[in-house]
Amino acid sequence: MSVVTQASPAADKAFSSEVGTGSREENASKQDSRAGGSGDAAPAREWRPPSYWPFVIPALVVVLAVIVFPWVFTIWMSMQEWKVGSPTVFVGLANYLRLPTDPRFVEAVGHTLSYTALSVVLPLVFGTLAAVVFHQKFAARGFLRGIFIMPMMATPVAIALVWTMMFHPQLGVLNYLLSLVGLPPQLWVFNPTTVIPSLVLVETWQWTPLVMLIVLGGLAAIPTEPYESAQIDGANFWQVFRFITLPLIMPFLFIAGMIRMIDAVKSFDIIFAITQGGPGSASETINVYLYSVAFVYYDLGYGSAIAVVFFLLIVALAALLLYLRKRLLWTSELGDGA
Amino acid sequence: MSHHLISRRQMLAGTAAAGAVGLTGFPARAELNWKKYSGTTLEVILAKGPRGDNLQKYIKEFTELSGIKVESEQIPEQQQRQKCVIELSSGKPSFDVVHLSYHVQKRQFEKAGWLADMSGFLKDPSLTPPDLVESDFSAAGLQYARNDKGQMLSLPWSVDYFILYYNKELFQKKGVEVPKTLDEMAVAAEKLTDPKEGIYGFVGRGLRNANMAMWTNFYLNYGGEFLDAKGNILTDGPEAVEATKLYQRLLTKCAPPGVAGFNWMESMASFTQGRAAMWIDADGWAPPLEDPAASRVVGKVGYTLVPAGPKGKFSSTYGDGVGIPAASKNKEAAYLLCQWVVSRGQGARLLQAGGGVPFRNSIVDDPEVAKGVKTKEWLQSVVDSAKISKLGLPVIIPVAEFRDIVGAALTATLSGADPATELKKAHEQFRPILERSEKA
Repeated sequence: MSVVTQASPAADKAFSSEVGTGSREENASKQDSRAGGSGDAAPAREWRPPSYWPFVIPALVVVLAVIVFPWVFTIWMSMQEWKVGSPTVFVGLANYLRLPTDPRFVEAVGHTLSYTALSVVLPLVFGTLAAVVFHQKFAARGFLRGIFIMPMMATPVAIALVWTMMFHPQLGVLNYLLSLVGLPPQLWVFNPTTVIPSLVLVETWQWTPLVMLIVLGGLAAIPTEPYESAQIDGANFWQVFRFITLPLIMPFLFIAGMIRMIDAVKSFDIIFAITQGGPGSASETINVYLYSVAFVYYDLGYGSAIAVVFFLLIVALAALLLYLRKRLLWTSELGDGA
Repeated sequence: MSHHLISRRQMLAGTAAAGAVGLTGFPARAELNWKKYSGTTLEVILAKGPRGDNLQKYIKEFTELSGIKVESEQIPEQQQRQKCVIELSSGKPSFDVVHLSYHVQKRQFEKAGWLADMSGFLKDPSLTPPDLVESDFSAAGLQYARNDKGQMLSLPWSVDYFILYYNKELFQKKGVEVPKTLDEMAVAAEKLTDPKEGIYGFVGRGLRNANMAMWTNFYLNYGGEFLDAKGNILTDGPEAVEATKLYQRLLTKCAPPGVAGFNWMESMASFTQGRAAMWIDADGWAPPLEDPAASRVVGKVGYTLVPAGPKGKFSSTYGDGVGIPAASKNKEAAYLLCQWVVSRGQGARLLQAGGGVPFRNSIVDDPEVAKGVKTKEWLQSVVDSAKISKLGLPVIIPVAEFRDIVGAALTATLSGADPATELKKAHEQFRPILERSEKA
């Protein structure tokens, strides 16, 4: 529920004013002193390990072993020329310099971005619509909700196999359905220009329910008063949605969007099982290319460099989303006040 | 010991190889001592498929014969390749016998020094039966198994030739002759194509990477070579452009929609449904095509050679073999198993099941073995292909990159891109990769 209070204008103002006044370091040190109590008041005193720190050790060991070490090792590997079966040679940044000259990598970045953008936006739109529908009270609502979230629970590879059959241009059920409504047959994943939208279709089908669940949670938390006053003011359905529902569920949409983005950008199983990056290289995302480089070509050094750049891309996208979150929640606040 | 040899002969008698075994003149040389390594346990890593099945199905016979226990696992090809490479590069592989794909792994395995030299074992009569001699393997097999110094680093097991499958019924209906040249094939494919009926003249792999294996049939027959004397790659020359134009013509004008995403499985689906008149692919698909439960073209399929090009008549060839890791502690026992795997009895079973074609001429040419093969026309196409076989991929380390990059260029031509431009682009992209991998 803390998210909801954050969304309310007052709380948000308080939040932003805190960020506004104190620099990050100051905030961090404030938090440190609060948490540890190791005493920033007496800098002269000799340093002692804080009393809580034996309890941190197990977590620290795990973090070092499964996060920090692999990362340091990957960065180290990315500076080697290392093909399995050949000796390793230190090459500095050569692997990174190779990236912009590698057309497959450049192309893969483009595919990753378009794939991610589409498979964040579409589930968000459809998930929100579904949530608004399923928030209404009607017969068999619980049962239908249950059916609706089923795609989310299926195994991606199984889904991929079924969709591959459905996409088949001659024998697939999708073209049959199109023919029933008089539309011409499509090539779906068998054509370079339609392959990414087709894959996004699968992704959307699978992950719209997740967005719906998150947004339903948000809808359940909205107080009824704004709706009552809107009714008195005579607002229509669209106005109610645009000026009340949407601003109030915005924080939930951001959470859903964030989860979706991280998931979509590193999506691998669906793409690999349906197209293996094809036709040609039309659906080769960074992740699929990375797999080829590391585990088909056994070029571990170059593969590591791709992994590092891929990681930085995810961080950049997350930062962008956080920035947008602030901006958009601020405008929603304005919209609320108007 | 001799008791076991006899029982093995009797067992083989049932598989139509008996006559041939009788002819080999046991024991002209020193007796092969099968029991020498009795009690050893061997680990075998296999790629999933008919060859692995054939080994696992009859492995009990080998254990009875030799007293060697065999633990084998079959893994899907792609993962098997990864697992082998990772374990071999670690220096402590968990297996004593490895099933390798020559067209992908030969150069890589050779350069890394992962395989034990079998040359000595082959000449040792206490390990090798007299009928197993190097000269019995086909030229392609020897080219795959030997390294630059002439050492045998593996035993050639099973070879894949590309052949032309055609639908006799569709040919008859339109009064079209079976093509002898690539040009005739393109003309025939256009005549046979009837999109309104859902019938297409030709089907084949359009999918990147997989498509290379079919394209090289055209490329070789247009007179193309993969490498020049200095080891530079040669796939942007006029032969490549001509071959690609043919590829583009066949797959855009005469093939089912969506062919750019087709691998052999989708191609086979079109062909077995009677929707495609011609299909060029590896030779192993006779059993599904002649299986009434899966195919609508049973008894209507013709099998023949890939049509000749203006400058050649070749069948692009791929294959796999069995090797022993240099790090194995049971090399002699492992060798006993390897030579059993490529033995006459096992080879005859493989051929008769339609699961693969042995690299050994004495098996493929044996009339006794041929009696057990159901589809005679298929066997003839395989025997004829063997005479004109030529390696279908360059013997280089980055084969996988080569297939991906040139394969993507080929797929691009299916959306209308210009063959010469695409090949040039692919060539520029691949050249530095080749230089980088060969210099190390």
